[in-house]
Amino acid sequence: MTAIAFQNVWKEYGDHVVLEKIILDISPRSFVALVGPSGCGKTTFLRMLLGEESPTRGQILVDGVPLKAEPDADRGVVFQRYSVFPHLTVLGNVVIGREFEEAGAFGRLYGQARRKAEADALELLEAVGLTGHESKYPAALSGGMQQRLALAQALMRKPKILLLDEPFGALDPGIRADIHILMRRIWNDSSLTVVMVTHDLSEAFRLGTRVIAFERPRNRPEELERYGATLSDDLSASPVAQDKRGASVTRDLEVWPRKIAGGAEKVVPMETTKIESNFTNSGPSPSA
Amino acid sequence: MRALNIKPDKTWRIALALLPFAILIGAYIYSSNVRLAENPNDKLLPGFATMGEALRQYALEPDARTGAYLMWSDTLASMTRLLIALAISTLIALLVGIVIGLLPMAGATFGPVVSVASMVPPLALLPILFIVMGLGEASKIALIVIGTTLKLIRDLALRVGDIPREQIIKAQTLGASTTQIALRVVLPQMLPRLIDAVRLEIGPAWLFLIAAEAIAADSGLGYRIFLVRRYLSMDVILPYVALITLLAFLMDLALRILQRKAFPWFAQARAT
Repeated sequence: MTAIAFQNVWKEYGDHVVLEKIILDISPRSFVALVGPSGCGKTTFLRMLLGEESPTRGQILVDGVPLKAEPDADRGVVFQRYSVFPHLTVLGNVVIGREFEEAGAFGRLYGQARRKAEADALELLEAVGLTGHESKYPAALSGGMQQRLALAQALMRKPKILLLDEPFGALDPGIRADIHILMRRIWNDSSLTVVMVTHDLSEAFRLGTRVIAFERPRNRPEELERYGATLSDDLSASPVAQDKRGASVTRDLEVWPRKIAGGAEKVVPMETTKIESNFTNSGPSPSA
Repeated sequence: MRALNIKPDKTWRIALALLPFAILIGAYIYSSNVRLAENPNDKLLPGFATMGEALRQYALEPDARTGAYLMWSDTLASMTRLLIALAISTLIALLVGIVIGLLPMAGATFGPVVSVASMVPPLALLPILFIVMGLGEASKIALIVIGTTLKLIRDLALRVGDIPREQIIKAQTLGASTTQIALRVVLPQMLPRLIDAVRLEIGPAWLFLIAAEAIAADSGLGYRIFLVRRYLSMDVILPYVALITLLAFLMDLALRILQRKAFPWFAQARAT
């Protein structure tokens, strides 16, 4: 149950404005999908949310508290690549989260604590469909299996927020569909607030309760360096964000049918997923 | 068929690998025979029989003066120096390299000084080491340590930097502390890469060892070949050079096998 608020956040590198005037409230339990063209600042946005970078101006609040300036166990993450540790087995990759948590400086658990951690890890591996692969190294896994492992690894620490940086972008369509079902189940079964960056619009609408598009509004070549991306479309109802928006034109679109976190999983085929355009502010944000 | 598409099969691979060695040995035997035919007392290119006799004396007969079997005592002395020195520099490099590579503050402090210091030619420091540490074992070991450590540190620090940013972030999101990341994420991934780096430093380590032994020692493979040089004893020098080469090759092979056995994930990860 974790709400995230971006309060007039700007990110600049010297003269280069990457993100400007991001005013955004993410309600607890939502699944936000960030879409936008390459280089529009999606990843910068996510890195700020991770605590890897700090905003130039404005601040980010998580449950009303300013975000810590470095990554911590509150925010789990799955990257497109390199999310798992190549030198650990599948089981070791999941257990290590518990070892970081409970063991001291050496980060190793032994005896009963280790058996407990392994039992929990095996449960998670079963949930993501990796049973039978425990003793393999990640290099022996396919791309889809590696991302499943990365998810299990992130979930082991029970984060409040799960950040996904184009996690399924490199996967084959069939494997991607499977992992989408898994992702939906994880979102339903846990109390996560999820923020996902993606290139894939259909993925954004299929998984997200809210789709936010980033766009650079000023596209004349001489201006490209001068102005950053801003929030262009907030494809969902967000009552707070509405009246705080700056000069750029924004829209609200609700992802429909509405997904309720924790509700019975109903897989909706792509063709029947409709997007309801809503230029005024009406749709309520999804709630748990 | 294009030349770049013609590949040897297993038999051919072995045959082709042996070919240059056979040519080299054949060329030596031929030249040696030509010279010995002209002058049976020629010392420059002794025949294999002469070298075998010298080898037998050094390996199997005790030295008249000291009672030691010279080849074995020389090998033992040299290998002891070399292995102690390499162990010291490997440990130092592992510790300092990871600290410099992982902690930006340490990198900013020690990175430049390591870069500059690694440009000092180690052999130029040998006189200083002899003056400060005397002519005993310590100065020889110190020369090898100085000559190899700095390069190992630089190499390791760079390889720590090569660990994908995502992994370090991921570890932090799993709640890991700096020491935990160093010990559970960075160190285990550095060990197989350290083996590669040490393999490349075996050559320089031998160079420094032989240089130090040539100047001041009373035993060792380098000491021996520089000693018998005075008598133009090519029949001793050539087998000793072959022995040094063999030892270096075996060290390299041992490290390669260690890497494969101890870090099975490494070859897999490198292939992808």
